[in-house]
Amino acid sequence: MFGDYEAQRHWQEITFNLPIKQWYFNSSDNNLQYWGLDYPPLTAYHSLLCAYVAKFINPDWIALHTSRGYESQAHKLFMRTTVLIADLLIYIPAVVLYCCCLKEISTKKKVANALCILLYPGLILIDYGHFQYNSVSLGFALWGVLGVSCDWDLLGSLAFCLAINYKQMELYHSLPFFCFLLGKCFKKGLKGKGFVLLIKLACTVVASFILCWLPFCTEREQTLQVLRRLFPVDRGLFEDKVANIWCSFSIFLKIKEILPHHFQIIISFCFTFLSLLPACVKLTLQPSSKGFRFTLVSCALSFFLFSFQVHEKSILLVSLPVCLVLSEIPFMSTWFLLVSTFSMLPLLLKDELLMPLVVTTIAFFIACATSFSIFEKTSEEELQLKSFSLSVRKYLPCFTFLSRIIQYLFLISVITMVLLTLITVTLDPPQKLPDLFSVLVCFVSCLHFLFFLVYFNIIIMWDSKSGRNQKKIN
Amino acid sequence: MAALGIAMGGGNWFSALALGVTLLKCLLIPTYHSTDFEVHRNWLAITHSLPVSQWYYEATSEWTLDYPPFFAWFEYALSHVAKYFDQEMLNLHNLNYSSSRTLLFQRFSVIFTDALFVYAVHECCKCIDGKKAGKELTEKPKFILSVLLLWNFGLLIVDHIHFQYNGFLFGLMLLSIARLFQKRHMEGAFLFAVLLHFKHIYLYVAPAYGVYLLRSYCFTANKPDGSIRWNSFSFVRVISLGLIVFLVSALSLGPFLALNQLPQVLSRLFPFKRGLCHAYWAPNFWALYNALDKVLSIIGLELKLLDPNKIPKASMTSGLVQQFQHTVLPSVTPLATLICTLIAMLPSIFCLWFKPQGPRGFLRCLILCALSSFLFGWHVHEKAILLAVLPMSLLSVGKAGDASIFLILTTTGHYSLFPLLFTAPELPTKILLMLLFTTYSISSLKTLFRKEKPLFNWLETFYLLGLGPLEVFCEFVFPFTSWKLKYPFIPLLLTSVYCAAGITYAWFKLYVSVLSDPPSSKTKKQ
Repeated sequence: MFGDYEAQRHWQEITFNLPIKQWYFNSSDNNLQYWGLDYPPLTAYHSLLCAYVAKFINPDWIALHTSRGYESQAHKLFMRTTVLIADLLIYIPAVVLYCCCLKEISTKKKVANALCILLYPGLILIDYGHFQYNSVSLGFALWGVLGVSCDWDLLGSLAFCLAINYKQMELYHSLPFFCFLLGKCFKKGLKGKGFVLLIKLACTVVASFILCWLPFCTEREQTLQVLRRLFPVDRGLFEDKVANIWCSFSIFLKIKEILPHHFQIIISFCFTFLSLLPACVKLTLQPSSKGFRFTLVSCALSFFLFSFQVHEKSILLVSLPVCLVLSEIPFMSTWFLLVSTFSMLPLLLKDELLMPLVVTTIAFFIACATSFSIFEKTSEEELQLKSFSLSVRKYLPCFTFLSRIIQYLFLISVITMVLLTLITVTLDPPQKLPDLFSVLVCFVSCLHFLFFLVYFNIIIMWDSKSGRNQKKIN
Repeated sequence: MAALGIAMGGGNWFSALALGVTLLKCLLIPTYHSTDFEVHRNWLAITHSLPVSQWYYEATSEWTLDYPPFFAWFEYALSHVAKYFDQEMLNLHNLNYSSSRTLLFQRFSVIFTDALFVYAVHECCKCIDGKKAGKELTEKPKFILSVLLLWNFGLLIVDHIHFQYNGFLFGLMLLSIARLFQKRHMEGAFLFAVLLHFKHIYLYVAPAYGVYLLRSYCFTANKPDGSIRWNSFSFVRVISLGLIVFLVSALSLGPFLALNQLPQVLSRLFPFKRGLCHAYWAPNFWALYNALDKVLSIIGLELKLLDPNKIPKASMTSGLVQQFQHTVLPSVTPLATLICTLIAMLPSIFCLWFKPQGPRGFLRCLILCALSSFLFGWHVHEKAILLAVLPMSLLSVGKAGDASIFLILTTTGHYSLFPLLFTAPELPTKILLMLLFTTYSISSLKTLFRKEKPLFNWLETFYLLGLGPLEVFCEFVFPFTSWKLKYPFIPLLLTSVYCAAGITYAWFKLYVSVLSDPPSSKTKKQ
């Protein structure tokens, strides 16, 4: 079965053999229907680099036209090695550096934290099992987070621009970056330093974009064609089964068929922005590193749930920020990361990754459970819900069972996920409903994600009331 | 919730290590497996489909039954579970049958039987002294020993990639060693007797067991200066030991003796038609001997001292398993190797007899016997290095000198296993796992013995570091050169000779340390 592996090999073939002007255009040499390029230019440049190495080892791998569907053990080793090298150069150093910069934590806990983040099953399985280069874009985004949190705003924004120019899905993270940096500028005062910072940031962003898109900026038609490939608005609200609202809603009501096309776009636009507005506004008015990371989570989650043409792999864009807050709310983060891996179950089963899935999930769960003692940290204060429940108790004095409820929910959720996995693997779906199990998986995951959306928004909105009294944590 | 938390985070690091390595083994299920996979499938078929009288006569497949009867019974027991996975694998005529269910069953059977190995490691940890440990868990000798044994790189790749059942066999051996340390001699003897009838390669270390039990168990007391007290000989103990060995052997070989098949069984167990060296030369003394012979013959041809017509055609490195002649140096016969092995083992056995130092002395003699037989034996397989590496781990956490010998032996021995995994997908796996294990073993032992002099001198450091460039040359540079077609055996030759040097050096150093130890030190239990 040809999938992302063949797509990446094909892109190496295209970028090596054809001139730049033809990369994104349909031609006799470049059939866009057969895995045409649909990522921004940086992916293309990366493919070109890999193609040069491939040419040195064995030119047959990227010969124009004749190498379609090429598969050999040596080639597989080469492709997997390119993913490993990209990981080692970009993602892993970012994770290690991030954990080193965590404050008020012992060295042992920093190492444990880094290990747990690196063991996250979702990224390992998708990058090395399914075959993608998510570690590059996520790594750049993480460098961006690091830079911006440590007050190296220009470098941070440069890194994040590189991330966007590698995969356009990183735009999910763009609003929190924008709001945080804008908030910083406001804080410094728009008449003085803040304005200077704003101009510098704008110049950095524009310059990095121009640098990446240089070959495509010369003609309007080039730029437009690339944009058309990156944002296929002709495709529908969702494709295949994905754990977001629209797909789950379509179980009950077939929105794709009822609503007209442009209306679907407008509706998803509205819902997305309505759900992320409160957190972003708060971040602009009160920029803090902690708020920034939580807003990354909630924004990415809002986009995932309500946006247009979302793929199930996009959950990784939410998982990365959740990994960053692993040390602050270990229990909920571990829970979320387990659900995110579970939500990709149908995709992973298609790739025959059941054994690696089970093994890495068990390893990840045990690593988190022992490193952070998550089962002892389920009190309200640990879950950062103290201020929220205090406010609620003003109106409902009997609202004291929050942590107990959450513990029970966790138990039910794990049992459901395990059962669904067992059922999907062992039984055959009924003939009338061949997609029953994947739909069930998506629906259950969607419910979990809605719960987490509410939870993370509560943390963000209720944060500052006790935040000003406490010392700034990070 | 909190109870679950305590159970998980509890402090049971041993279970965490065992579980972690089991998860890793599950990930190795779909990797390359060698012909040993088919060997064991064939044995499952033989023991399941045929009556006992046919087991050692069956020859439909080339992989005939060549392990002792207990292993055959073990395969018979496994075959009863196998039939629920895939009935077809038990068909004698399904040569090279490897459906996904067969693969799953066979791999899981290795992982499952490793439980005995885990138990044996647990028992071994009880035998070592943890007094010089620091407060940190990761600095305790027990922790380091557990990692060195449970996560041993050689055992992982031989058992779980190449495919063999060494896990539970080494479990039996380590368990018998642990019992001897715990002064439960009868159990130790029994376990070793059972082990011999599972895989007869352990005969190599039988002299160590025999001499130790005779000297330290049958003679119940020593004179004050440590020499033997002849009147303390206990007939009861000798008889009981003899009885144990006799009963186990009777159980194993009895049925075949009754069927008059003993000669056939023995001929299957000890096939001497095979050559001096395996297709890939195990890094032992004969590898150095062969290399020297080849070099001398090339020099001889260049200097016109030898007549090219008289040189036999079969080259030793062409991968044929047959008998052949050396060109310059005298040829080697099985008898010659046996004599060399015995001579090599003799000093350590004498040491064990005349200067008994309790279980620790026995362990050193065992390792020396294993190493001597590896170095001088007939048709030795490079996997046999594990016979020396695993018991050596027990010594390595005791003394700094032993730790240094262990590290040289292990690193070189593990590197010599690389040619077993020659497929492309296994390349990153074997390199990464080897780096992980080597880095951990060196750094943890260095930390454990940081108060003593450094573990390696400059020559040893240089030698170990040289393994890196050697690997880069053999795997990455050589395939792209023009020599690949003319001399395809060069990487194997280089690996074999380089590792042989290291292993011989480690053997020599261990011998020196054993022979120069002060006699009759009153070390009670270490």
